[in-house]
Amino acid sequence: MKYSFIVFLIFLSSAFAQPEIPKLKMWATDLTNTLTKSELDDLNKRLKTYQDTTSNQVLVLMIPSLEGYPIEMLAEETATKNKIGTEKNDNGILLLIAKDDRELRIEVGYGLEGVVPDAIASSIIRNVIRPRFRDDDYYQGINEGINAIISAIGGEYKSVDADEDDSFPISIIVIIIILIWVFASRGGPFVPGGIYRTGTRSGGWTSGSGSWGGSSGWSGGGGGFSGGGGSFGGGGASGSW
Amino acid sequence: MKNTGMMVGCAIGAVVLLALGMLVAWGVSSYNNMVSLDQEVIKQWSQVENQYQRRADLIPNLVNTVKGYADFEKEVLTQVTEARARVSQFNITPEVLNDPQAFAKFQSLQGELSGALSRLLVTVENYPQLKANENFLQLQAQLEGTENRISVERKKFNEVVQSYNTTIKRFPASMLAGMFGFGEKQYFKAIQGADTPPKVEF
Repeated sequence: MKYSFIVFLIFLSSAFAQPEIPKLKMWATDLTNTLTKSELDDLNKRLKTYQDTTSNQVLVLMIPSLEGYPIEMLAEETATKNKIGTEKNDNGILLLIAKDDRELRIEVGYGLEGVVPDAIASSIIRNVIRPRFRDDDYYQGINEGINAIISAIGGEYKSVDADEDDSFPISIIVIIIILIWVFASRGGPFVPGGIYRTGTRSGGWTSGSGSWGGSSGWSGGGGGFSGGGGSFGGGGASGSW
Repeated sequence: MKNTGMMVGCAIGAVVLLALGMLVAWGVSSYNNMVSLDQEVIKQWSQVENQYQRRADLIPNLVNTVKGYADFEKEVLTQVTEARARVSQFNITPEVLNDPQAFAKFQSLQGELSGALSRLLVTVENYPQLKANENFLQLQAQLEGTENRISVERKKFNEVVQSYNTTIKRFPASMLAGMFGFGEKQYFKAIQGADTPPKVEF
């Protein structure tokens, strides 16, 4: 009892310390208003097409500041909360850029750790993105970074339609049962100490500028990004410029 | 008279049977629940273990790469090698989770290794040539990635253990837990500096 209380306190305190986790509605999101609308449109169109053909979800998020929070934790929590990648393959990647801190991270989902190992992610940051960012050319840095990530992924995974008739039911049923158990034993998903305690700060990023829904401004058809249920285990690399 | 007596007897019997049946059904479902949570904990523990193992596996390579730079501080390397040896001598089984002392020992050994590794990475700062070595940079990225995975898997582990511990301690399931020997499991506690990946400025 004592321990669970202590752990509960730890969860609670970390909930207060952490910034609000942004909810991603587009493939490329810029909360700093650095990229132009056409640059964002271009990134969104490419990443959507990439997802449609491969089922891999590659997302970009640019924020002003980490507010002292470690970029590794923010990246993992943002990626997990937005369920980037498919549930089956965990094939999501998040490129997180904290502009004012001059830090960035490539967070790699479980299913892509094989083709984008930490060393590759780190090399993409150091050799592809960092030189561009040092010249303040954020768009080219992101653009070429995405190219490098996509070429590292290569032919890993196909679009969901391609292998529809795979063994579906048992694993999903088991997952549902485990989820029900876990939730039932916690007394509901929103019990304190749950994984994501957001909204404890006032004026987080999402509510702060209120601009990113608009500034992402992607006008192509087919709606925005929605996560497929992928999970992350802290793979990837960080760097600064 | 006889009839009413029998009817009352039957009614009581039926109620008792029903109550017993419900008790058994509750017992079975709550036992199964504990078993599955127990398995979840063990599964998540093996994820944590994998990442610690992965870190231990990276070390010989790292030491060899760094050793090549002739005047590199021997002492720092020795500390890493020795800490790694101590970690790999420590035998980990899922039973460790039920034993506060063994668990604390495991944590402190891994913590010592983390400390030795961050000292090594700090020392590297004085060797610009080494810092420019692509092989070293890749190893460093792998090491940082592994440290980060360790902290993510530890966080997930603590969450699963919390849900398990809450279940076995909550009345009335706590009585069943006592009967079937479901004991409290250990959490990871944050050790100074052990859960933040070593940072190196480029």
